[in-house]
Amino acid sequence: MINFDRSQEEAKPTPFYPRLAEYNIKGGWSAWNGYKLAEYYYDAELEYFKVRNTCGTYDISAMQKYFISGPDAEAMLNRMVTRDVTKMSVGRVSYVLWCTDEGRLIDDGTIFRLSEDEFMLTCSSPSTAWLRKSCFGFDNLAVSDRSDSLAALSLQGPTSCAVLQQMGLAGIETVKPFEIRHFDFMGTSLMVSRTGFTGDLGYEFWVEPDQALALWDALYAAGSDYGIHPFGEEATNWLRLEAGFVMPGYEFNEALKTVHYQHDQTPFELGLDWMVDFKKPHFNGRAALLEESKRGPRYRLTKLDIEGNKPAQGSFIYNSKQCSQQVGYVTSGIWSPVVKANIALAMIESKHLSGELWAEIDYEKELRKYSKVARCQIKTTPFWTPSHAKQTPPGDDSADPS
Amino acid sequence: MKRFDAIIIGAGHNGLTNAAYLAKAGLDVLVVEKNDYIGGAAVSRELYEGWIYSNCSYVCSIMRQALHRDLDLSRHGLMLIPYLGTVNFGHGGNHLIGYHSSEAAYNELKRHSRHDADAMFRIQADLNRYALVIRKTLLRTPPDPARLRIRDIQELLFLARQFWALGEKEIYEYVRFFTLSAADFLDEYFETDLIKSSMASSGIIGTALGVYSPGSSYILLHHVMGDVDGNIGAWGLARGGMGAISKALHSALQSFGGEVRTNAEVECILVKGGRATGVVLTSGEEIQAKIVVSNLDARRTFTKIMDKNDLPPGIYEKAKNYKFHGSSGKVNIALDGLPRFTNLPDNPYINRGSQVYPGSMQTLERAYDCWKHGRWSDVPFIESIIPSAWDPTVAPPGKHWMSNFIQYCPAELADGPWTPEKRHQFGQTVVNRIEEHSPGFKDLILHMEVRTPHEIEQEVGLTEGNIFQGELTIDQLLFNRPFPGYAQYRMPIKRMYMCGSSTHPGGGVSSACGANAAREILMDLSKPNTVPEDDCYDE
Repeated sequence: MINFDRSQEEAKPTPFYPRLAEYNIKGGWSAWNGYKLAEYYYDAELEYFKVRNTCGTYDISAMQKYFISGPDAEAMLNRMVTRDVTKMSVGRVSYVLWCTDEGRLIDDGTIFRLSEDEFMLTCSSPSTAWLRKSCFGFDNLAVSDRSDSLAALSLQGPTSCAVLQQMGLAGIETVKPFEIRHFDFMGTSLMVSRTGFTGDLGYEFWVEPDQALALWDALYAAGSDYGIHPFGEEATNWLRLEAGFVMPGYEFNEALKTVHYQHDQTPFELGLDWMVDFKKPHFNGRAALLEESKRGPRYRLTKLDIEGNKPAQGSFIYNSKQCSQQVGYVTSGIWSPVVKANIALAMIESKHLSGELWAEIDYEKELRKYSKVARCQIKTTPFWTPSHAKQTPPGDDSADPS
Repeated sequence: MKRFDAIIIGAGHNGLTNAAYLAKAGLDVLVVEKNDYIGGAAVSRELYEGWIYSNCSYVCSIMRQALHRDLDLSRHGLMLIPYLGTVNFGHGGNHLIGYHSSEAAYNELKRHSRHDADAMFRIQADLNRYALVIRKTLLRTPPDPARLRIRDIQELLFLARQFWALGEKEIYEYVRFFTLSAADFLDEYFETDLIKSSMASSGIIGTALGVYSPGSSYILLHHVMGDVDGNIGAWGLARGGMGAISKALHSALQSFGGEVRTNAEVECILVKGGRATGVVLTSGEEIQAKIVVSNLDARRTFTKIMDKNDLPPGIYEKAKNYKFHGSSGKVNIALDGLPRFTNLPDNPYINRGSQVYPGSMQTLERAYDCWKHGRWSDVPFIESIIPSAWDPTVAPPGKHWMSNFIQYCPAELADGPWTPEKRHQFGQTVVNRIEEHSPGFKDLILHMEVRTPHEIEQEVGLTEGNIFQGELTIDQLLFNRPFPGYAQYRMPIKRMYMCGSSTHPGGGVSSACGANAAREILMDLSKPNTVPEDDCYDE
């Protein structure tokens, strides 16, 4: 028996923890912003296929959630992020980036326009300090950090709409991608957005913590005939990579946490040009980004299809098979079970994008170390884009027997 | 009259693969199919409203990943999904559960025998080693050991190198392995009957061999050498049923400009001056082509749709004597709910995958004895699987479809031909055996399709309903498949080829036969090769 107080050493449980723990047969937990999160529950590949084939739930309660309200809320956010917030309608969600004055990426996240004067900003890392800086000069607004007081759950996969219909969310099939809608749920209002991080059909729920378990139970009761199962971080990483989404800690190093000069990234380096709107007036990093857009980014995040089946995670990229000159590095690489391809995101020097690209991949066979050089092909579209993910009402790509 | 570059007879998965690769190389190809649907034995059919039956083949593990990727079959709609959990039923409430997690699997084996739990590591390593050698040959044309042209010598050397790399002891073991029975092979590892019979059942599926028959150890390997995303031995389902594979291949073929005609049964292959020149359909229509490729099995090709007088001496006899024995049945069932099995833990990771009924080594051998005597066993071997527990598109929510594969089922019965009554009795035997382990199972049945070798031959066109298009015994494998001297997909008539499972590497939904045949055809036509040379996935 240990004779010290270990309670503070442990990551905290989220409101969904009692149910997550039941499923977490292997008992392994990692952590996200101080909260427990499963790397996987039973088997990462099984969970990955739940999302691609049926549906799965992912606990996103540890996501940071800031409510920004007041007459200045829109203007403040519009100065902070690189997209034009004034174009957002009420009831819509927008994927956004925010940068330092030098145009280096601090974080990505989503803005939910709840009303003319009220927004929810979500992101993966705590941003209270940066938000306070961003509010400088705007007096008519209030920021409330609900990261610890609002639970959130993501339901993703081709059967997710059917599960919600079964659960009684009338009209869920008419909710469009990036739309927010409220539904009556057990005497309260349930906020649902058609958003996610998997590239598949999916929804996210934003609920009071005391409603979390009731929501979970309702979802699992309705989903029992639709293959519902929780999925963890490992499956999430495969799913988002197939969809071509960037992840902090993999594709970009958050600017405010970066030690070495320009070891952070810019939106252009990440291939997120479409997220930077120069048509709007001043925003954080505008001048630096404008200059970079004229000059062209030094690096470019590139989607690669790599020959063979050895994942290229951590590999160097060269411009010839001889591997004499290094031109980039792989940020994330996996074997994609649905695409049946060896896929990767890689940061590559822009001037070398037109030439040959080769990855030097290290792998192991029964403890013996090997290395191979594999040809890389650049892909310009996401690796996996099921059409049902965008349709309203959602269909199912492979449900047609003919 | 239009003349195609190539006509492929039979829109099964190998025919479609062959056509896709020929079309990809720029050939003008036409696939003719006797049925009003494509897919051959890789089909999804709605035989009961709301239920999609994969009423022939039902699982997938040797589909060549290199072909899947090269033809971009995922973009054409194919998704292969793994399923988990196997339960092997013995007698007297005994069972062996195949857990997905290695620690649970080990503990389960230990429950039966501490010795056998350890031995399982050794047999897995041995089978993996054997599988890796065979897998390297799948996407290659076998050498002809008698003609010994340069490429034959190169291929023989390639094979020799694979064997030499095993080391001296393992070469001896491997050579021996090919002629062993599954029982003899397993006896060298295990002491527990249920563990042996659970593994031995892979040695009899689809074949007219018993667990004690020499050669059944290779069949065992043939069933465990596949993989799902590199997990050797794992099996997957095609989302939407096995027809999704054919559908994706068809879509790929269309993207290359190829064409498929259904309801177009071939009456005969036209031969002029020792060359194939086209086909005549049963409708009387004649279609000309520069080459003709048959995806039908060897017997059907040479004895049904060719004129004996067009064939060189001996071929007709070879085809007539090609070893086919109808030995398998299939019972497809629509269920009102998920069946529950007695004595099993309530665990979704094990009790909704496959249920296998080996019984014991003796039960398996008795079932074989019955087959030899033209009967089916009262205690048949069944491999059940519930795809709807994994694939949401094949049955309505909460309802299920169950595929049951039965070994053995005779093509011809001792007491006269198959009749609907006998077929019904056969189905009841299967259902009764499941009911023993799942009380109330019969009450869940909404619809049932019973297929004996007779139906499979009539509908799909596989001789005697043999799922491999000919037995996978060593006399009919590698450079002996289909016949010695004709293993390189070229047939004795010029401009005529075979691309079905009667050719190397044999049965299973692999697409390898069709792809290998396409490579040879393109070589003869002096066209650049469009077929992946090698499966690069086993480095």
